Amino acid sequence: MFYREAGDFKTRYVDDSQTFPIRFDRWRYYAVLAVAFGIVPFLINDYWANAVFVPFLIYSIAAIGLNILTGYCGQVSLGTGGFMAVGAYACYKLMTAFPEVSILIHVLLAGGVTALVGVLFGLPSLRIKGFYLAVATLAAQFFLVWLFNKVPWFYNYSASGQINAPERTIFGQAVTGAATTPAAKYLFCLVILFALAWLARNLTRGTIGRKWMAIRDMDIAAEIIGVNPLTTKLSAFAVSSFFIGVAGALFFAVYLGAAEVGEAFGIQKSFLVLFMVIIGGLGSIFGSFAGAAFLVLMPVLLKNLLVGTLGWPTDLAAHIELMIVGGLIVLFLIVEPHGLAQLWRLAKEKLRLWPFPH
Amino acid sequence: MNVMTPEGYVAADGRRIGPVLMEMKNITLRFGGVKAITDISFEIREGEIRAIIGPNGAGKSSMLNVISGFYVPQEGEVWFRGAKRPPMKPYQVARQGIARTFQNIALFDGMSVLDNIMTGRLTLMRSGLLSQAIWWGGAEKEETAHREKVEKIIDFLEIQNIRKTPVGRLPYGLKKRVELARALAAEPKLLLLDEPMAGMNVEEKEDMCRFILDVNDEFGTTIALIEHDMGVVMDLSDRVVVMDYGKKIGDGTPDEVRSNPDVINAYLGVAHE
Repeated sequence: MFYREAGDFKTRYVDDSQTFPIRFDRWRYYAVLAVAFGIVPFLINDYWANAVFVPFLIYSIAAIGLNILTGYCGQVSLGTGGFMAVGAYACYKLMTAFPEVSILIHVLLAGGVTALVGVLFGLPSLRIKGFYLAVATLAAQFFLVWLFNKVPWFYNYSASGQINAPERTIFGQAVTGAATTPAAKYLFCLVILFALAWLARNLTRGTIGRKWMAIRDMDIAAEIIGVNPLTTKLSAFAVSSFFIGVAGALFFAVYLGAAEVGEAFGIQKSFLVLFMVIIGGLGSIFGSFAGAAFLVLMPVLLKNLLVGTLGWPTDLAAHIELMIVGGLIVLFLIVEPHGLAQLWRLAKEKLRLWPFPH
Repeated sequence: MNVMTPEGYVAADGRRIGPVLMEMKNITLRFGGVKAITDISFEIREGEIRAIIGPNGAGKSSMLNVISGFYVPQEGEVWFRGAKRPPMKPYQVARQGIARTFQNIALFDGMSVLDNIMTGRLTLMRSGLLSQAIWWGGAEKEETAHREKVEKIIDFLEIQNIRKTPVGRLPYGLKKRVELARALAAEPKLLLLDEPMAGMNVEEKEDMCRFILDVNDEFGTTIALIEHDMGVVMDLSDRVVVMDYGKKIGDGTPDEVRSNPDVINAYLGVAHE
């Protein structure tokens, strides 16, 4: 009954184009923010941080990044894992080379480095489209993983070939390294996610977002009405790679602490993030969150259900869990090909009229 | 038509038509061995409604594609606003002030009507990537200013009620209207319409005619259009180019063209002995 546009008159275009035009939506959004910033940090423990919240936040950043490229600009990419690796290794090199500089700056710079690499691998998109572009980005994925494996400079010649995040602090609180509290990890990722999601929303609702969508929907018409395909596609690659690079840096520095490139950033990472974007909904910021939540939470839920409640052996549960998640993905794509975001949109349209049928 | 001078002429309905806006000089366009356009010259004057007609496959759409920069002719020159146009990409041509609509609608299906029309103003928007990311200040102000202009066009074309509807859900006639709105949003000097009335019923055609005349009248936009409905062409246009098999076979006012024997041959056929 509260979910209504009626009676909420907009008298300025600014009000009309805001992110949550319906008052109820706005309250809900503030409530989520209040819980996320004000309540969760005080309740969070190691298990919740490592199994649920931190991976959810980091994958959300990566999914928003890939959604900008694939969902908004229509350029399919299978190089997400490789670009996350670029972010992680750039962050590692910066952390070890300039230990006195804030980790926050390192993470953002790592995103910047990834943006440059992304633009480089985005160049073929000017000539090739669709599946062929996907194969070209797949080449980026394999090349980057190979590069970080083969060139010892990237992992500072360590004997194991691994990279390890040294301890870094913000306001005296450790956010990387073994001594980090779960709340610090969570808050660090949350602040970055909040800022980046806000930037993504601004970009996608403005001129540049419309250019991306124009290229996605009909590239020839877009060019004829004045969209430069070169700069538009490359800007999508740059922004997308920036997000993915930041996600990679956080994944290594905050979440894993130590990483080996083939294991942490292999092809399965590319597919995982792509699944998140497709299941969540292409071309939707909310969809990126929903997809990340679905694919991070679902295995945890299933594991708790199968092992914790039903008492099945761990290895059997692990296999069944994979099958169920896979089955759910297929089921989802059949039932709602436009993803969770579309379900959400339909629910909202129904809610606006509820409880009346018309 | 009154006497044609370099400064223009007075149209049949008394409108003053200005000097030459765009001139095509000896355009030849080939696809491999096929000549789509052979040595065609004509000009479009400021404030004019200029029609290009001809049977199917005559090269009308190719001609429009040459004007909008999508095809580059092998021979000939394109002059726009008194200067020879160097070879350009389509998006550069758009920035010169040439907008167009398409024969089979080319709207962005995933976006709302409002967003589609806003894309028409891309060439006029200036804020950079960073200011858009921050949004507050520059980008928001620019967005609002352009939104105001777009709302005027929405009012003008009477599509207020579908503003927020995704374009994919609209019926055909409205899509055509939204496409016209998108082209108008660019505030073009020259507006190219590729079969604006194809597939419409009589009522929709009448609406579209009214909009075309109003656009020409209120904004002073020069219009070049391709159309198959002869009644519409003869009523709307000031001058008509007739093409057949890639060649120009007639050029003049509707009355002149109608009585041109070559044009009658092309459309009705000629008796063979």
